[in-house]
Formats: sequence, C-alpha cells, structure tokens
Amino acid sequence: MHLTPDIGIWIGGLLTLGIFSFLYGDNPYYKFCEALFIGVSAGHWFVTLFWTVFVAKMIRNVEIGLNTFITQGFSAGMADYMHWSYIFGGILGFLMLLRLFPKIGWISRWSLAFVVGTTSGYYFITYLVSNGLRQIQRTILPLYVHGDFYTTIGNLIIIVGTFCGLTYFFFSKEHKGTFGGLARLGIWFLMITFGASFGYTVMSRMSLLIGRMDYIFGTWLGMLG
Amino acid sequence: MGFFEKLLKIDRRVIFIFIAIAIALPLFFEVTMHIDITPVVRGVYDTVEALPSGSKVLISFDYDPGSMPELQPMAESVLRHCFSKDLKLVIMGLWPQGPLQANWALEIILNEPDIKEKNLKYGIDYVNLGYIAGGEVVIQRLGSDIHAAFPADYYGTPIDEIPLMKGVQNFSNIDFVYNLSAGYPGTTEWVQFAVDRFHAKLGAGNTAVQAPLMYPYINTGQLVGLLGGMKGAAEYEILAKRPARAVRYMFGQGVSHAVVIFFVIVGNIAYFATRKKRKES
Repeated sequence: MHLTPDIGIWIGGLLTLGIFSFLYGDNPYYKFCEALFIGVSAGHWFVTLFWTVFVAKMIRNVEIGLNTFITQGFSAGMADYMHWSYIFGGILGFLMLLRLFPKIGWISRWSLAFVVGTTSGYYFITYLVSNGLRQIQRTILPLYVHGDFYTTIGNLIIIVGTFCGLTYFFFSKEHKGTFGGLARLGIWFLMITFGASFGYTVMSRMSLLIGRMDYIFGTWLGMLG
Repeated sequence: MGFFEKLLKIDRRVIFIFIAIAIALPLFFEVTMHIDITPVVRGVYDTVEALPSGSKVLISFDYDPGSMPELQPMAESVLRHCFSKDLKLVIMGLWPQGPLQANWALEIILNEPDIKEKNLKYGIDYVNLGYIAGGEVVIQRLGSDIHAAFPADYYGTPIDEIPLMKGVQNFSNIDFVYNLSAGYPGTTEWVQFAVDRFHAKLGAGNTAVQAPLMYPYINTGQLVGLLGGMKGAAEYEILAKRPARAVRYMFGQGVSHAVVIFFVIVGNIAYFATRKKRKES
C-alpha cells in the first residue's frame, strides 16, 4: 500500500466514495458530492461556452467586421459580411434570454423557430443519405452466393430481418395470419437487437466501475502493481 | 417464506457487494483472458497498418473524463500504433475536454521507451489543434478548409506556422480519420459529413453503449472498423502486440459479467418456481 500524497487525488477518491455511498442509501455525504458535481459542471460549462462560443465566435468576428468598416470604408465593410453577420447569431441568442421575462418571453420562440428550421433542413439530406439510402442500398443483396455459405446465410438474415422488422411497424393492416407471423418474426429480430444493446450497456457500466475501482485501489491507495 | 421467495426479496445491496467484489478483486491479479479478435476491430488495425510511413491521420477526441475507462485505452493503443509506424498525427476535439484527453494519452505514449527513442517533435510529427465549438458544422468546415476551422492550435500557435499543417488543407490531404466518440457530436456526425460528403476513410472507437448503433455503418462500408467498448480496446492491444490496461481490465469484466449472468439465472429460477404459488394466492 502506497498512499498518494497528491491532494487532488485524495479529493477525487473521497468524492468517489461519497457518490458510491448512495448505493447504501441517501445520505448528506452523497448530497454534498452530488451538489458539488452539479455546481462544478455548471460552472465549467458556462465558462467553456462563454469563451469558445460567445467570445471566440461572436465577439471576435464582429470585432473584425467592425474594424473593416472603420478602416476600409462602408463598401469594404459590407463585403466582409462573413464576419459581421455573426451579430445575427448574437441577437438570436439574446432573444432566447427573454424567456426570463414572462411578458415578452414569447419573442424567444423566434430563435427557437430558427434553430428548429435550420437544423431540420441541415439534417434532412445527411440523414436521408447516411442513415436511409445507404442502408437501404446495403440490404439489396443476392439471396444466394455461389460457394460462400456464410455470406448467403448472412444476406438472408439481413434481408429477412429488415423486411420483418419493418413489417412490425406497419400498423395500417391488422397483425393476423401470414402478415402477423412476419410481424412476430420481426419482434424476435428487434428483441435480439435490444439484447445485444443491453449486453453492450452492461459492459459499458462495468467498464466505468472498473475505472473507478482502479482509481481508488491503484491511483489513490496505491495497492495495485 | 420459502427459499425462492427469500431469493426474490433479496436486498439489492447484497448484489451491489457481489458486483463490487467481482470488479475489485480481479484488479489484484495478473490474469490474461483469452480474447478473440473480431473483424470490425481488425478493420481499424489493418487500415492503420496499411498506411505508408508519413501518412497523415486525423484523430478526433470526442469524449470527456466520464468515458475514460473505455476510450482512453483505445486512444493510447491507436496513438502507439500510429507513432510506431511513423504516421503524422493531427489531433482535435469536438468536445471541450477532448484535446486534454489527447494530451494525457500523448504524455503516456511519448514516454514509452520505443516511442521516446524516435524523438518525435510537436508540430512536425504530431499536433493538437484543440477544441472548437460547432459539432458537425466543424466537420463540414474541415472538408473545405482546416486552416479556417482551426486558425490556431491548442497552445495558440497560428496553424500556418506549424510545419505539419503545411499542405494539409482538407480531408483530401488526410489519409485516415479516427474518431473516439462517447456521444454527440461523434461517430454518426463524422460518418454523415466526413465520409458521405467528403469521402474520408473513417474508423471509430466508441463507448460500448453506442457501439451497436454504429454497426450498420460497417456493413455499408461507411466505417472501415469499430472498437466497441473495453473489449474492442483489448482486442486492439492484442493485435498491436502491446497488451496494456484494457487487456488487464478484461478479467474484471469477465468475472463481473459472470456474476450478473448468475443473478439473472437465479432470479429467473426463483421467479418461475414461485409463479404457481403467486397465482394461487
């Protein structure tokens, strides 16, 4: 056992134990650690976003744009729209803050409408191509590959799985008879998918716990080689 | 109350103790589990292996300390592999803490004897461009002009003054992109913008939670390979013939999974054994 003299690691170790203490039951030690975590996270994100978005994106670009107006005249300034146009982002951001004032809070919807509209347009094509067309294209496979048994089986599973999975989500026809059978087969494929996802999730959570245990027994207490 | 009823009413804290022991105890033993190499991990390894010396690799660290146990071993293995092959690394992050994660990994790898003797220089062999806000918009910008997206590196040095970045204008000057992702923005956005729009060659390392969502991209060839969670990291370490943290952690993974499976089986047996009694009552 070789305890670290690093005060930062001691704080990290004690806070980790504080969070773990919730597993026994809610207690003041846990509440303190939780409140500290939330407070530090909020502060960290505020400072990060202030410097990386508000200052780095808006202030600096608008500053460059204004400078062009002052030093090179009106027409050159107008041509430098790539810089000063950031002011519109700033205005939309300011309008968002009007939610804090109930009487004029409705104005913040303009900003939200802009965000929703642009995001939808921006993602429409990318999702359609990457998550739609490319995936559909990949399911158009030969049912039989001569001399390659495993590929044939794999192709059949992809085709049948995709078809039956989609059948399950077709609600315009009652799930009865052959159609109902295909839908039930679709449920099996979905359940296997969810099972695989759950298995991965368990592994992920265990990994995080291993990381913390390694920190406590290794980094903090120095008990690991 | 019968034995099975008692089992069904077992205090959940008892299970917590079992899991804690199953995770902690294996850390004290040096047991190497047998780990099979999956084609998806081999895909990433083979792609890096096939790159000629001097090729430029862009690595995006899109995660924070919350995902370190899974993604940091992946980062270290890939950095080690790239440096051992004399590849030039351009590092960046779409998450604010990403570039810091990269520096932690670099600190470890650059001090390993075989990498240290290469005497790698910052700005010539590798560069950390830091974080920039904007998520997928940043990826799109990289496709047209990296210098416009990142005017300066992590330390504030103008990118035009960095020798490694001379001639690196967009994805067409990058031979391979590797993304370490724990969520948004991450691998999905890299696929949508870097791969499908700019035809970059992309490999990824993901947390196990989101790894299943990325498998469709492998079947379509949008991803050359994927490291999923700690298992993926361990496979990569074995492929690179440098077993490290992920391989050591896999023993704990194995034991803890066995405990979870044990409780699932016991719980089901107890449930079905008491079902008749419950119906009667």
